[in-house]
Amino acid sequence: MLRQVEGSKAIADVVAACKPQVICAYPISPQTHIVEGLSQLVKNGTLTGCEFINVESEFSAMSVAIGSSATGARTYTATASQGLLYMVEAVYNASGLGLPIVMTVANRAIGAPINIWNDHSDSMSQRDSGWIQLYAENNQEATDLHIQAFRIAEEMSLPVMVCMDGFILTHAYEQVDIPEEPEVSKFLKPFVPRQVLDPAEPVSIGAMVGPETFLEVKYLAHQRMIDSLETIQEVGVEFESQFGRDSGGLLKSYKCDGAETIIIALGSIIGTLKDLVDEMQVQGHSIGLVGLTSFRPFPFDQLRQAVTGAKRVVVLEKALSTGVGGIVTADVRTSLRGTQIKDFTLIAGLGGRSITMKSLKEYVLRAMNDSVAELTFLDLDVNIVESELAKERALR
Amino acid sequence: MEKPYAITLNVGSSLANHTGTWRVEHPEYVHRMPPCNNACPAGENIQNWLYIAEDGSYEAAWRELIKENPFPAIMGRVCYHPCQVACNRAELDEAVGINSVERFLGDHAIEKGWKIDPPDHETGFSVLVIGAGPAGLSAAYHLRRMGHTVVVRDATHAPGGMMRYGIPQYRLPRNILDAEVNRIKEMGVKFEFDTRVDDVHDALNEGFNAVFLAIGAQLSKRAYIPASESARILDAIKVLHDVEDGNQPLLGRKVVVYGGGNTAMDVARSAKRLGAEEAIIVYRRTRDKAPANDMEIEEALEEGILMKWLSTVKHAEGGSLQIEKMELDESGFPQPTGEIEYLEADSLILALGQEVDFSLLGNSADIDTKDGVMPVDHTMMTTHPGIFAGGDMIPADRTVTTSIGHGKKAARNIDAWLRMTTYEKESDKPVVAFEDLNTWYYTDAPHAVRERLEASRRVQDFSEVVKGLDESTALYEARRCMSCGNCFECDNCFGVCPDNAIIKLGPGKGFEINMDYCKGCGICVSECPASAITMISEV
Amino acid sequence: MTTTPVKFYQVGSFAVGNRLLTEEERSGQSNPDRANALTSGHRACQGCGEALGARYALDAAMRAANDQIIAVNATGCLEVFSTPYPESSWRIAWLHSLFGNAPAVATGVAAALKAQGRTDIRVVGQGGDGATVDIGFGALSGMFERNDDVLYICYDNEAYMNTGVQRSGATPPAARTATTQAVGEEPGNTFGQGKFLPRIAMAHEIPYVATATIADLRDLEAKVTRAMEFRGARYLHVLVPCPLGWGSASCDTIKIARLATQSGLFPVFEAVNGEVVASTKIRHKVDVEEYLKLQSRYAHLFSPTRREDVISHLRRMADKNIARYELMGE
Repeated sequence: MLRQVEGSKAIADVVAACKPQVICAYPISPQTHIVEGLSQLVKNGTLTGCEFINVESEFSAMSVAIGSSATGARTYTATASQGLLYMVEAVYNASGLGLPIVMTVANRAIGAPINIWNDHSDSMSQRDSGWIQLYAENNQEATDLHIQAFRIAEEMSLPVMVCMDGFILTHAYEQVDIPEEPEVSKFLKPFVPRQVLDPAEPVSIGAMVGPETFLEVKYLAHQRMIDSLETIQEVGVEFESQFGRDSGGLLKSYKCDGAETIIIALGSIIGTLKDLVDEMQVQGHSIGLVGLTSFRPFPFDQLRQAVTGAKRVVVLEKALSTGVGGIVTADVRTSLRGTQIKDFTLIAGLGGRSITMKSLKEYVLRAMNDSVAELTFLDLDVNIVESELAKERALR
Repeated sequence: MEKPYAITLNVGSSLANHTGTWRVEHPEYVHRMPPCNNACPAGENIQNWLYIAEDGSYEAAWRELIKENPFPAIMGRVCYHPCQVACNRAELDEAVGINSVERFLGDHAIEKGWKIDPPDHETGFSVLVIGAGPAGLSAAYHLRRMGHTVVVRDATHAPGGMMRYGIPQYRLPRNILDAEVNRIKEMGVKFEFDTRVDDVHDALNEGFNAVFLAIGAQLSKRAYIPASESARILDAIKVLHDVEDGNQPLLGRKVVVYGGGNTAMDVARSAKRLGAEEAIIVYRRTRDKAPANDMEIEEALEEGILMKWLSTVKHAEGGSLQIEKMELDESGFPQPTGEIEYLEADSLILALGQEVDFSLLGNSADIDTKDGVMPVDHTMMTTHPGIFAGGDMIPADRTVTTSIGHGKKAARNIDAWLRMTTYEKESDKPVVAFEDLNTWYYTDAPHAVRERLEASRRVQDFSEVVKGLDESTALYEARRCMSCGNCFECDNCFGVCPDNAIIKLGPGKGFEINMDYCKGCGICVSECPASAITMISEV
Repeated sequence: MTTTPVKFYQVGSFAVGNRLLTEEERSGQSNPDRANALTSGHRACQGCGEALGARYALDAAMRAANDQIIAVNATGCLEVFSTPYPESSWRIAWLHSLFGNAPAVATGVAAALKAQGRTDIRVVGQGGDGATVDIGFGALSGMFERNDDVLYICYDNEAYMNTGVQRSGATPPAARTATTQAVGEEPGNTFGQGKFLPRIAMAHEIPYVATATIADLRDLEAKVTRAMEFRGARYLHVLVPCPLGWGSASCDTIKIARLATQSGLFPVFEAVNGEVVASTKIRHKVDVEEYLKLQSRYAHLFSPTRREDVISHLRRMADKNIARYELMGE
């Protein structure tokens, strides 16, 4: 049923429909509305058979999730930004132990300077944490991805992060079709944990593994992640057949046929970029768009196929690897290895900076002539940074 | 369940890791010598029979006890229990009342009529025991258990020796003595009373394969005391003997006993019971130096016996004694002071010790004697082959218990001699000191005091002064034993091992070390209350 | 609650068992069929107090919960020596996640069990003092404050032993560790307020807080049993001497724990709903020196010069405990 709801409320409702047994969270903007919604659903009896734990930190949130998941309970948590960083040790631990926890990351910048607005620095920092990372374009997709996330997580015994842009999605009111619990339950099979803490069949989980075995353990984790590329696709297909929506999968091509220039991006900016592509194609430009849903695992082959025939790609990134530039770009380059396709990186929207159609268009037009630098910071105030750099250098 | 590789492990799989290889030393269960056993002149395995009695197995405990000493009921009354002096528990609270438990077991056996089985085979050897005192009876008992034919001859007309003719009835009721001696009779030992052996060699000629001499020391020592005709001077042993035979000696109202040993106490206390208004003990040294057992002195004092320490009798006249005060010199010996006082006395009883009456042996010149006693070798054999001796007639402490020990030792050696082998005593084990124990684990528990007859009632007759323990107090007392040097299955080792390397074998079976896992930390040794485990180096 | 020691005549009141006692009167550890939650083959040092304490506590918990136990373990010696791949010494359902999160993980386990309707299964969280009083303190406090249904047991060996004996918040004053060397004016750990977690736990007014040592097994077992009678957050702080870190003989582990209690340096008590309700009285009072002298971590207090000032400072600490917890007399 279509409803006009805040993104966070949609997530709360759909997570509830997934019937998690344990939810734990520590409040941080812009994740708060999600967990507030869930706490209400548990408290008012809408979501039954679920324990909602108010923890004292994100580190404990993920730790509670670890304990709960290892005990065979479907487990959910949500965080953002500093909170995600505060739980990092446990984030890695959850994936290392192969626990199918689902976590929403309401993407937000990382301080200092403290900044509560959206970019992807937080989840990108967890690129190598061993979690599957799915990025939502809009609240409908965010809603649908949560259902798929539980399914993928539990099939692969891997934790899944559903990343949705803070404020831009979490606080936006949109029309969202939120599947009801019976439909969702039909889609999600009962959770059968690969390993579980059970006095009837006790095991020791979390052994210390030495140099002679550690590599194999890591290799297995790597392969499991690679195997999940297929699972993500299959789950997306199955989801579409049940719910009639093409949400999920690894990536989505938008009007790429014959395009010389293809923009690659993640998250809510895809909506803006679709408008841009529409506008520029009307104006006769050869341009397309690939929206990456799965950043981890990275769909190298699928991306290469999606951009085959293009002359160049522009990777729009809402995060920065300081001193290097793009983060996604590195993976895109790996995908394009052996092709003649050029790549450009556009760093945009850091800390919630507006990404305007005007600026985007100006940049893309230049990029289409290969007349942009490999790395560009959209709308950078050149005067300020140059004068500051001059002062700094003078003081050194 | 399908477990993730390496991260998730099977429970208990560490049993494959044999940590015993880390070890450089390991614990071992041992049996050490408890101080009580070590101190027992009769060689009783006290700790063991207490251990058996602790769970109420009185008959088994009694049978363990009589392996060494056939007279627990007598011992429980007359033994001066050096075991209790040695008892480590004394340093924690009070010594275990071993003697009272022994008496309980002895009395219980009499009450239940427990018998000693006759030997299961006869050796064909026969042994003559001369003297039916504690040494003789003990030897007879042990020899009989070994299957030998035993004849006991005694010049008196009842068995017991000094147990009958030296120890008054108020300390050892005769029905108790008779009951325990009777058991020996029932084993097949033949007694011949009123039979004085004048010549030991005759006995050998009679066909006995060996002889055990245990004639005691029955001759009172005579000190030279200038005395007038009118002075009434008696000899303690004779007095006690007369009392036993029912010939009431004439002692008068005021009786002075000269001497500081147990016989002096016994005779003074007997005198009170015979009607003396006043009984005074005169002894030339101090109370500390008096050879009498302290408890006997104490009981005598309670009964109103007066003591004149550091005093000698200089002269005796009818009704009066001249007493000289003594003082201790630097080396602790009493020296005369010349200070004189007078003491009223209707009679003076000399209790200055006893000597062996070798005249009893008649023509035995070929057996060496020395300093008034008969030396024996380590096998208790005299200088005459096949003739052994023990008890008061050989150089040793003159107590009932010591004599019983002699009898046992002699029996074992006679047995070996008869078989033409040698008796090998188990080698001495180290004695457990208080410091060896971990006394934390023993709760404070003062010992159960035996009820005594009120002093004023005691002196009226010869009824037994010290009462026995009832079963519950005897059990309580037995369980106070700290089991020095021997496992009593407290499970401490089993519980305190951080490596679960102790195997509990079940009741009565103790424990074993699992060397696969024992890392040799030694906690079991430290925490063993009884010092029954030791560390053995492996390097 | 006060535990009445079995006054079984003279033996068995304090010992693990005794052949003369009925099964019920013996400690759980005397039972040959005890759980052995931590079994042989673990790689703890010789004479490890923590290995002993963990088996004592978990076996007692197993008894109290009909074997329905899940344990969550913080990183540390106990975790490392019990579960190096490919061998586990645990015979119970057990999870190790991280150093600083055992209380929260335990909360998660308890929450899952509640959601699954399996509240017959009881949860034990456990860790060393570092995991408990330092790095995991926030998580522990959160678990207490929410009153989650977890028994958390701290095996306190008073320093970071697994990493090589560095100071923790539970390291006592004057003790030498690798990061509080016995040099300078104030050798060893400095005197501060200390972090005695049982009192902090009590401040949360959780249903049950108790201290125990491996020197008094029956007391420890009684406390675990008692703790398991409550629902909600419970805290048990067990002193477990470490021969390696304390510089003591491996055979003295229990003895040292005993001296810690008998000197008054480590008070043994229990508290219900934030109030002390009972303390274990000192049986044989000893001076702190007897305790200190067995441990080389205090050797600098006696040589090259005797530091009477420091020793008497420690003595005053013991006396304060004795007064505060009424450790003397009946």
